[in-house]
Formats: sequence, structure tokens, C-alpha cells
Amino acid sequence: MPINYYIFLAIILFCIGVTGVLTRRNAIIIFMCIELMLNSVNLLLVAFSKMHHARALAAGAANTTAGIEAQLFVFFIMVVAAAEVAVGLAIIVMMYRNTHSVDINFLNRLKN
Amino acid sequence: MGATQIIFWILSIVAVFSAIMVITRKNPVYSVLYLIITFFAISGHYVLMNAQFLAIVNIIVYAGAILVLFLFVLMLMNLNKESEPKKNKFMLWASAFAGGLLLYVLLAAVHTAHIENVKGIHVGNIGLVSELGKALFTTYVVPFEITSILFLSAMVGAVVIGKKD
Repeated sequence: MPINYYIFLAIILFCIGVTGVLTRRNAIIIFMCIELMLNSVNLLLVAFSKMHHARALAAGAANTTAGIEAQLFVFFIMVVAAAEVAVGLAIIVMMYRNTHSVDINFLNRLKN
Repeated sequence: MGATQIIFWILSIVAVFSAIMVITRKNPVYSVLYLIITFFAISGHYVLMNAQFLAIVNIIVYAGAILVLFLFVLMLMNLNKESEPKKNKFMLWASAFAGGLLLYVLLAAVHTAHIENVKGIHVGNIGLVSELGKALFTTYVVPFEITSILFLSAMVGAVVIGKKD
């Protein structure tokens, strides 16, 4: 498949995530939409890494590992996302314990 | 149309459809289940691009750990359709319009850009476990160890935040 299709797919998934963050008010759903955006970016990184690798192969380098950095980057993004979810869900649970709701509009107390 | 293209289109349609279902379902539990389908479709894309290691890690970490955590929290709070916060119609349409506008602008920008068409994106074996493992434990061993410290601090942080006073 040409790289364009992967770019379009990643853009569509990312924009669905952005729309979800804007339209929903449930904090957990907003968090899930952020995960969706992270995953679309991961998909694009892997596609570009394979493209980079294919170009290096076409240039004649036989045993090249060009493009492997992007896949390691994706691995580290997944690791950081897992740590982020653990802390974020703990914060949401604490917020639910205090307000008995996951509606993010309760969180505007710092406004005034 | 080859087999690769057919699989690509099927996986893309499944991913986009279930992503839309994630943000439109009223019941949060359904949203989590549709998000799992999306992540499986993305893992299918990784397999299609010959990045098996990331496909497996995606399933284990996202579908296996993160979304189970989401489901656990949802069931712990006993959230369902009735407890879903209401939003007024105007805000809903305005934000959906804003998201659609972002999609339109990004698609138009990529569409008009000149992108070199590289053949053979599915070839090569850099995505295999042996290649990635070699790179991870030689060149990138220090960041790998730092992530273990990050995990430790995240674990301690989650316990401290979640503790009752």
C-alpha cells in the first residue's frame, strides 16, 4: 500500500479522537479518546519507519536497520502511555470519590 | 487488487467504524469494548506492515492491560447510560463541527502535498522481535532502564493518589 493511505487513516483516527475529546463530558471517555489519538500517531510512526526502511533497501544497503528507531519510539510511547493511564485513572477515581461524578464540568472550581 | 490491499481496506474500515462507535455510544462500557476492536484492527495493520513485535505489544499492553484497567474503573464506579452527563445540543454540534473542520484541513493539506510514493512498504524484517531486541538491549539499553524507573514511580504515584487520606 502507498504511504498516503496510512497517513489518511491516521489523520481520520486522530480527528475522531479529537472530536471525542470535544464532544464528550465523561472524563473516562475523554481519556480513552486520548489513547485513540496516541494509537493513531503510533500507526503513522510505524508506517514511516517501514517507508524509511524500504528506501534504504532500495538504495542498495543489504543488512540495514534503518527505520528501527521509530519502532523503538513506538514501544516507548506505549510504555509511557501505560504509566500515564495508571496515574490518570487513579486521579479520576479520587475525583469520583470527592464529587460522585465523572463530569468534567465539575472541575472548574479554579476558574474564579 | 491483491490480498494485502483487501486486508488493508477491511482493517481500516473496522478501525474507523469502531472508533466512531467509541465516541457515539452513550454507555461507557460499550465504548471500551469498541476501543478494544479498534486496537485489534491497528494491531492487524502492524502485522500487515511486518512489525510483529509492536502488534503483540499493542495487544498485550493496550487490549490486555490498559483497557482492562478502564473497564475495571468503569465497573467500580458503576457508570452506565443513566449516569452519563448531559451536554447541550449546540455545544455538541459546535464541537463536532470543529473536529470535522480539523479533519478537512489536515486531509486537504496532505492531499495537496507532494509525497514520494515508496514501493515495498511491507518488505524488510526490522519489525521482528530479534532485530528490535538487539537494538533495544544494545543501543537503547539506558532509555529502557529509565522506563523501568518511570514505571516504579508511576506505581508509587498511583498508590499515593488512590490512597484514602
